[in-house]
Amino acid sequence: MDPRYEAVIGLEIHAQLTTCSKIFSGAATAFGAEPNRQVSWVDAALPGTLPVLNRAAVTSAIRFGLAVGGEIAPVSLFARKNYFYPDLPKGYQISQYEAPVVRGGTIAFTVSEGGAAREKRVRLTRAHLEEDAGKSLHAVQPGMSGIDLNRAGTPLLEIVSEPELSSSAEAVAYARALHNLVRWIGICDGNMQEGSFRIDANVSVRRRGEPGLGTRREIKNVNSFRFLQQAIDYEIAWQIDEIEAGRAIEQATVLFDPASGTTRAMRSKEEAHDYRYFPDPDLLPLVIDAAWIAEEARQLPELPHALAERLVAQYGVSPNDAALLTSDKTLADFYQAAVAAAGAALAKPCANWLLVEVVGRLNKEERPIGDAPITPSQLAALVARVADGTLSSSGGKRLLSAWWEGDRRSADELIEALALKQVNDQALLARLVAEAIAANPKSVAEFRAGKEKALNAIVGAVMKASQGKANPQQVTELIRAALSSS
Amino acid sequence: MTISPFATVTESLAALASGSTTAEALALAARARAEALQPQLNAFITLAEPDALAKAAATATGPLAGIPIAHKDLFCTTELPTTAASRMLAGYRSPFDATVVARLKAAGAVTVGKTNLDEFAMGSATSHSWFGPSRNPWATDRTPGGSSGGSAAAVAAGIVPAATGTDTGGSIRQPAAFCGITGIKPTYGLVSRWGMIAYASSFDQGGLLARTAEDCALLLPIIAGFDAHDSTSVSVPIPDYRAALDEIEAAGTRPLTGWRIGLVSDFLSAEGVQPAVRDAIATAARTYAELGATVFDVALPRADLAIPAYYILAPAEASSNLARYDGVRFGHRTEEADTLFTLYTKTRAEGFGWEVKRRILIGTYVLSHGYYDAYYRKAQQVRRLIADDYAAAFTQCDLLLTPITPTTAWRLGEKSDPVEEYLADIFTIGANLAGLPALAHPCGFDEEGLPIGAQLIAPHFGEAKLLAAAHAFQRATDWHRATPTLLP
Repeated sequence: MDPRYEAVIGLEIHAQLTTCSKIFSGAATAFGAEPNRQVSWVDAALPGTLPVLNRAAVTSAIRFGLAVGGEIAPVSLFARKNYFYPDLPKGYQISQYEAPVVRGGTIAFTVSEGGAAREKRVRLTRAHLEEDAGKSLHAVQPGMSGIDLNRAGTPLLEIVSEPELSSSAEAVAYARALHNLVRWIGICDGNMQEGSFRIDANVSVRRRGEPGLGTRREIKNVNSFRFLQQAIDYEIAWQIDEIEAGRAIEQATVLFDPASGTTRAMRSKEEAHDYRYFPDPDLLPLVIDAAWIAEEARQLPELPHALAERLVAQYGVSPNDAALLTSDKTLADFYQAAVAAAGAALAKPCANWLLVEVVGRLNKEERPIGDAPITPSQLAALVARVADGTLSSSGGKRLLSAWWEGDRRSADELIEALALKQVNDQALLARLVAEAIAANPKSVAEFRAGKEKALNAIVGAVMKASQGKANPQQVTELIRAALSSS
Repeated sequence: MTISPFATVTESLAALASGSTTAEALALAARARAEALQPQLNAFITLAEPDALAKAAATATGPLAGIPIAHKDLFCTTELPTTAASRMLAGYRSPFDATVVARLKAAGAVTVGKTNLDEFAMGSATSHSWFGPSRNPWATDRTPGGSSGGSAAAVAAGIVPAATGTDTGGSIRQPAAFCGITGIKPTYGLVSRWGMIAYASSFDQGGLLARTAEDCALLLPIIAGFDAHDSTSVSVPIPDYRAALDEIEAAGTRPLTGWRIGLVSDFLSAEGVQPAVRDAIATAARTYAELGATVFDVALPRADLAIPAYYILAPAEASSNLARYDGVRFGHRTEEADTLFTLYTKTRAEGFGWEVKRRILIGTYVLSHGYYDAYYRKAQQVRRLIADDYAAAFTQCDLLLTPITPTTAWRLGEKSDPVEEYLADIFTIGANLAGLPALAHPCGFDEEGLPIGAQLIAPHFGEAKLLAAAHAFQRATDWHRATPTLLP
């Protein structure tokens, strides 16, 4: 980014709440049903129908408010946001306007930018409950548009940040932290492909140090973190170019086109809707008493930030590993289950094996942690066998591979069957070392000439000869002893 | 053997119980009378098929088994179309019954037909209907009032002993008054709005039109009570209204002794109040005093703000409530649309009548950016002040007595300026703004033989008092027994 400029970014994120039924009707919310099979009379806005608030959606909002340390309004109001669109059956969306259910709160997250990691906190403006609209289906029949109302009335929590983000990296890190949090507290499945977590980014730029805000443009409906990064980067560069070319930025709503990597205006300020918000007379004010809040607080799990701090303090896990382990609830649960089985003394190697070997393999296969072909207790058994010297680390990896490929036998059975047991027999190792020294005169000479790295080749030869079972530490010591004494 | 078409629900039940008539005979007689009077009154939009009606009557069970009734065509019914008197919904079939309809059906009432109304209940004359105006059984060149004018005309003409109505600004009470019958608008929230097509949600309240307060007391507990489908319906125990009437009957000649009735005297001296109306209300006040009540003047100082507040808030809600009629999913759809924009504009231009369009425009305007505070918010504040006026009045008295309307029924086409029609709601709108229960009962006739109605207003959930007082009045007077002479 042009160093003379800075960007100001705020995000509005729509998290679809994982309630069984819709926010104002009893229809199901499951994704992927045949069009218009999950539509009640209320969702279709038939004459004479009325909304009734789903308590589970409110529970989700309370949990979120607690998780971000926001203020949960004792009384909040539902309002009608009026506009015409074919997928909006009532001609208005029930949302919250003047009195949202949650105000304030903060999200803390780690930003990795330019090779350095730093902590950042962003304040939330508000979070409010609202219903989703349906979908327009184009190209189902030539020349016709279809309407699918399955999604109409699905509960959403719209989470609005203060404009306190200053780069695409910060925006993505914030969005990821929020994405983790809503799944962590069990209110949203976070499935971005299915639209369960949709991001709008308000982006403006200004000359560095200027007090006022530039005119913002809103990038609508981004459904991946990669696109969010690309869209913001493009938008910042475009706005700077415009200003540099002497053109004023006009307020607009834009869409990001992943194919071209550019944003294009959807509607200008002049075309902006006048939503004519007013309190929905069909719904009573939403009253949340202290007892309800206390009940949800009691059921709230330990939050990612608190858990990360505890992993560092209690287990000596590095802050970086702790952040990784708590970046996903399933991963954190897996880790904690493994530590419970292996014992707290092995918490650090559990973290290493999980993050490097298990997550590494999963990442390569582009699978989530939930798909891991091993269980936390298997990981614990593996780590224990490495720790007690039964397995070398390469033996451990071979054990992991066996499980990965579907072998159902226990750690000890596989160590036996695959002969993975580390060789600690001094006499045998001494013989192999002597053979390796004899067979690698060049490396020996180099080592003696002071080239420490040459030792690795000799260790490697021994490991190869032992089919990976030799204890590498013992081998190294034996080689050093042999070469220094002669 | 048949009974008088003007028999009350109570009398019809007795006749059924004694075997002097049958449910089938009652239903078919009601239908035949409806059909015969349709050219004069146009009270109905849809009548049930005789075969279906006979079958429904023959199989009805429950406390109202075999009582023919009519529903205002704003209530959704599965068996008959539901139109709201709009071209927009001509022929529309609801997949569900309104809670009011379902409860009456479960109690054994038999639906003879769906009655005419002002389109989407917007009006005071039942002349703003896609299906043509209804006419007053007392003078067929006059309006039966509105918007529940079809229901009022059907009861007054002896077609059915009772009918449902809805009241947003007076739409049960004013037609009841114009047609010389009794009507009750319950406390907001007492009767479920599920299946009642919305006009102005924070005002709309379902209720009843019948010949007597006694019949209203019989029917009200059937339709009243909490409904999980309506978030604004209130969970309160429904009092034993019959017991309240029994107390009156047991109390001798001065059954209202100890009751304090506030006469809103400013309403009587207001400009434009017909002398006959003023006199009839004054006479009703004397009757209440003779029945033992202490009657004295009270003031509702901000009553003149009711109409402006109502005609901001109700259209605001209506403009949003009627947005769903877009031609996409149900109802009328233009055949001339080539873009989404014209689908909307032409569908709505063709589907809605002028009064509906007028209120949608007003409502859209007052909610617009920059006008909200000046109109909607201000009107909400006024609404609160008016409610405070009523609350203050009820610290002095148990019930308020007022006229229902400044005049008796006007001639069709007489009020060509919409604002004139709006102003006729002046005495009824306050109860809607404050959510209070109110009842209309006949209390006289003007020099042309047109009925005059008195209004009783009670504090929230004071229906038992309204019904008991009106029952006492009707035991002492005969106004409610008069029947129109122009009809067979």
